[in-house]
Amino acid sequence: MAYDKFNVLTSTAVALPIENIDTDQIIPARFLKATKREAFGDNLFRDWRYNSDNTPKQDFVLNNPIYSGKILVGGTNFGSGSSREHAAWAIYDYGFRCVVSSFFADIFKNNAINMGILPVQVTPDFLEKIFIAIEADPKAQFEVSLPEQTISILATGEKESFDINGYKKNNLLNGFDDIDYLQAMKPDIVSFATAKAI
Amino acid sequence: MSNQPSTLFDKVWDAHVVRKIEDGPDVFFIDRHFIHEVTSPVAFLGLESRGIKVMFPEHTFATADHNTPTINQHLPVEDPLSANQLRALEQNSAKYGISHWGLGNPKNGIVHVVGPENGITLPGMTIVCGDSHTSTHGAFGAIAFGIGTSEVEMVLSSQCIMQPKPLKMRINVNGVLGKAVTPKDVTLYIISKLSTAGATGYFVEYAGDVFENMSMEGRMTVCNMSIEMGARGGMIAPDETTFSYINGRELAPKGAAWDKALAYWKTLKTDEGAEFDLEYTFDAADIEPMITYGTNPGMGMGISKSIPKGADLKGGTATYEKSLKYMGFHEEDQMIGKKVDYVFIGSCTNGRIEDFRAFASIVKGRKKADHVTAWVVPGSHIVEEQIKAEGILDILTEAGFLLRQPGCSACLAMNDDKVPAGKYAVSTSNRNFEGRQGPGSRTLLASPLVAAAAAVTGYVTDPRELMKDEAE
Repeated sequence: MAYDKFNVLTSTAVALPIENIDTDQIIPARFLKATKREAFGDNLFRDWRYNSDNTPKQDFVLNNPIYSGKILVGGTNFGSGSSREHAAWAIYDYGFRCVVSSFFADIFKNNAINMGILPVQVTPDFLEKIFIAIEADPKAQFEVSLPEQTISILATGEKESFDINGYKKNNLLNGFDDIDYLQAMKPDIVSFATAKAI
Repeated sequence: MSNQPSTLFDKVWDAHVVRKIEDGPDVFFIDRHFIHEVTSPVAFLGLESRGIKVMFPEHTFATADHNTPTINQHLPVEDPLSANQLRALEQNSAKYGISHWGLGNPKNGIVHVVGPENGITLPGMTIVCGDSHTSTHGAFGAIAFGIGTSEVEMVLSSQCIMQPKPLKMRINVNGVLGKAVTPKDVTLYIISKLSTAGATGYFVEYAGDVFENMSMEGRMTVCNMSIEMGARGGMIAPDETTFSYINGRELAPKGAAWDKALAYWKTLKTDEGAEFDLEYTFDAADIEPMITYGTNPGMGMGISKSIPKGADLKGGTATYEKSLKYMGFHEEDQMIGKKVDYVFIGSCTNGRIEDFRAFASIVKGRKKADHVTAWVVPGSHIVEEQIKAEGILDILTEAGFLLRQPGCSACLAMNDDKVPAGKYAVSTSNRNFEGRQGPGSRTLLASPLVAAAAAVTGYVTDPRELMKDEAE
């Protein structure tokens, strides 16, 4: 899947301090009927964002013009539930490039990276500091550096490192994807399959 | 080969690593790939835009299930978007030579029901599908898990995905299960103990008396729910129960191939002394029929208990309070006696013949409560035929229930089977997330017995109360 390369991202952030945000909240199943990958951002957090008559819910953060940015910050266990990659597509299509949480569900994390979204796992303490920084100043800037593997709260200078394996890091920095890699090793796969005789 | 004791998981995983990438994932070979209409179309578009073909079309199987009506399947699908997805699955399968079991095909049904019942799912295999409940197939001693659409494209194009090897967890449940305690209760109990994220990063092996004595249907229910505690998947070592379930199924090995496979399958167990990263042990006697009260599957409790206080739980109370508010419940409420508007029996969790037998055992001789809308949805046509052949349909009809046609139905409510806002549904499916069964719907996850008890009384009811006449 082609996506923009990721290097250093400096942006404001949108806070969603709710735990266990599941992929049904990120995009409900009834919006998974497309056969193309387009316009999923319109239905990001659909039922938290809109009333049943499609009017915006005023108290939801994405409907508050004070908050915007390319970084989404969620409570612990972000992305649990369904394997729908549409959740990552909706987040990307809406304009986020990085999701920060103190814990991610496995499948969501894989899907996000495959889409070019950087999942940044921080400690619960640092997550709390980010929430406080956004509450204190909705225009607070954060810097996410993939080369350095750090996330910083620019107003205070507080910084934390995050993990990502070298292979995936290289993919994101260069806009490579796994399919390119797998295509390049097809002869090895064919020999493996032949030996295994599935 | 080393002589180190090894786990079932290690044996299967290590046999499928094509290449280990330093500081990266394993290139992991996939034996069986299931696709359905919702998560595959974009993967096929990806293949087309890159100009690559499906590498091993004979190892991918397509079935339509997520977005299908559960009545009048012989008529054209009314929703144009759903019809379009179904058409895309059919056309893509035809174009690339993939077996396709569409609507009306006698083999059609929910992907995680039809795979095992047709003998596609076998021990020691690696199995993936663009659906998180692919963990179901682990019941056969396979490594099976859900993947995203990018990974569906990887499997189609190279029969491999890139996966870091998960950590290993073993969950033991020993002893004898009490009356009316089903495999669904066992899994809801485990998830309530571990939480909805308690197994994230791990692959689980279930072991102990309870799983050894469990039917294949029950094992599938347990492995199915592994993802609901965050696990990548769950598996159970294959044994005679497994082998006799598989033997004779249409696509299972036959003759000499069967003998060879069987000899291999018998090696698939965790060796004495093999180590796990984390291990839990529970006592079967502590488990009672379960029900959930909140908005994730970890928020479950014994049906006779009352809703815990948020302050007694780990973590913050804000999310807990939000959840109870959504459900319209309060701390310390009793669940028994709460009014139920909808009952759903079906899904890849509880849509197999044993589940309908259990449901029928309670509704037999009783009537559906007038105010309850019930959706009785078999997991496949094969299950539907069994329901008819065993006389269960007669019991259901007599009690006022309509048997629908197979599909995922109200589990994720992509079709018309939606629970209205504010209404309560006792559901045998796997997720009670906000709006999962329709915008504003409120889901109580439970076993087929608890669902049946709710369907005939119209209230959350302990099924043991309705089984009192039976011999202890």
